[in-house]
Amino acid sequence: MMRLGLVMVVVVVGAALFAPWLMPWDPSIQDLPNRLQGPTWQHWFGLDELGRDILARVLLGARVSLAVGVIVVGVSSLVGMAVGAVSGYYGGYIDQIIGRVMDVLMAFPGMLLAIALVAVLGPSLTNVVLALAVIGWVGYARLVRGQVLRAREFEYVVAARALGAGTVRLLVRHVMPTALPPVLVQATLGMAGAILSEAALSFLGLGVQPPTPSWGAMINGGRVHLLDAPHLTVVPGLFLAVVVLGFNFLGDGLRDAIDPKKKK
Amino acid sequence: MSAVVRFLVRRALLTIPVLLGVATLVFSLIHLVPGDPAQAMLGDGASPQDIAELRTNLGLDRPLTAQYATFLRHAVTGDLGKSFRTGQPVTQMIAERVPATAELALAAMTVAILLALPLGIIAAVRKHTFVDHAAMTFSLAGISIPNFWLGPLLAIVFSVELGWLPVSGRGTAAHLVLPAVSLGLALSAILARMTRASLLEELGELYVRAARARGVSRSAAVLGHALRNSLIPLVTIVALQFGAVLTGAVITETIFAWPGIGRLLIQSIGFRDYPMVQGCILLIAVTYVSVNLLTDVLYGVLDPRIRLE
Repeated sequence: MMRLGLVMVVVVVGAALFAPWLMPWDPSIQDLPNRLQGPTWQHWFGLDELGRDILARVLLGARVSLAVGVIVVGVSSLVGMAVGAVSGYYGGYIDQIIGRVMDVLMAFPGMLLAIALVAVLGPSLTNVVLALAVIGWVGYARLVRGQVLRAREFEYVVAARALGAGTVRLLVRHVMPTALPPVLVQATLGMAGAILSEAALSFLGLGVQPPTPSWGAMINGGRVHLLDAPHLTVVPGLFLAVVVLGFNFLGDGLRDAIDPKKKK
Repeated sequence: MSAVVRFLVRRALLTIPVLLGVATLVFSLIHLVPGDPAQAMLGDGASPQDIAELRTNLGLDRPLTAQYATFLRHAVTGDLGKSFRTGQPVTQMIAERVPATAELALAAMTVAILLALPLGIIAAVRKHTFVDHAAMTFSLAGISIPNFWLGPLLAIVFSVELGWLPVSGRGTAAHLVLPAVSLGLALSAILARMTRASLLEELGELYVRAARARGVSRSAAVLGHALRNSLIPLVTIVALQFGAVLTGAVITETIFAWPGIGRLLIQSIGFRDYPMVQGCILLIAVTYVSVNLLTDVLYGVLDPRIRLE
């Protein structure tokens, strides 16, 4: 399944990267007389409510989704790793304070806090990224804190400390490498989560604003044409499900690969 | 004081700072609005007098500490202010929507459990076979399919094409089916994976082998012995997923025009009715924290090892 996930992810990432060359039509060109047209040889996935080519918009939407995923996961994992390392290594009051902040952020289920933040900050791609990163770092911090708590007692870490290694060197060279494999798994699954959350926020009208294409916004836009033009909803949803499934397969496979119980 | 009471008191006390933090974050939401919140709520065409009046009504003209103290005092007594749009008390409007969201959440969780338990059990019993792989692939697919896509697709098939179920609204049990299924499917996928993992762990225990050695049938050993123990950690997972159901309900209620808190929240965001947005967010977060507290308490009462930690 990991290989299948890798293939799915590589295909979508490749399509997103080479979208300007792969797009058969300009995604902003409107062909109003043929609006809502179903799939044809000219327009493989048909035209949307304004007569724009759905394939072109889906490919451009892939760039938005993946960009959000990469930025959110990148920022969340870096912040989470730093906070988790400090919390786990120093312990005491610092750990207590960080722990309470994380408890409060985790008291908001799922992406409710992201919805709240985007609601007050205003709908935009930047605010979506900000809101998802604000809730995203907590998972990484908890994971890394646990790993650091365990790793700081390892003999080689104690030995390095005894030899006079500084805190930063200890954390970066000796402690953090033990936390990287689970962080990699979480980041892969986090990509799926971030892409899904961005699409959900855009679906609710809180994310990417028109005319920039987003899979979530495209699904929402297609809802009013469910009866006469279901392809408006089906196509972007299918792409979204495939890329999320790909990252989930990949993350799941990576988790199994680093799990010593499954290495037999 | 007995160990159980000490555990309950300690766990309840630990929840207070979390609730205080949640209330503080919800309070600060209105202050994160770029520019003047009153101006944002009234729009660009509002007169300075109207803006000043709304600022006074919302208490935004008072010092921040005074606003915070009033917010906390009122929140404790259940007074979350008045809706900017309707003028009705926020608490009253939310209370009117609670039954609909509770009904949807419970139905979705029921769907999830009914799907997940058989799937997880079959996958665990048939470990590493085609059935196991198929069940787990289905489960990952369930997690990956967004409910805001599945919902409209289900509506096309079962409401429009087949005409079996109503497409939106609330009223009869039939109205509940599509929203509950579209919301419960992702949850069932997660629960099925957890059921499998938890059951596999129990199936490897000595007491299961001992039961089999005593002549207990395989199905009785799985269902009567291993499954019962594997259900204990699942209680926690179900409770944790309750949060995902509440968030998912925001989207599902919007799709199916289900008159619950989630739809109220999204409508309030559209109208920039910030007191209502704050009220909905606070209520959902407090409900989630309370469910987690109840789960911990239940878990601690059921399992003495938890109380000693």
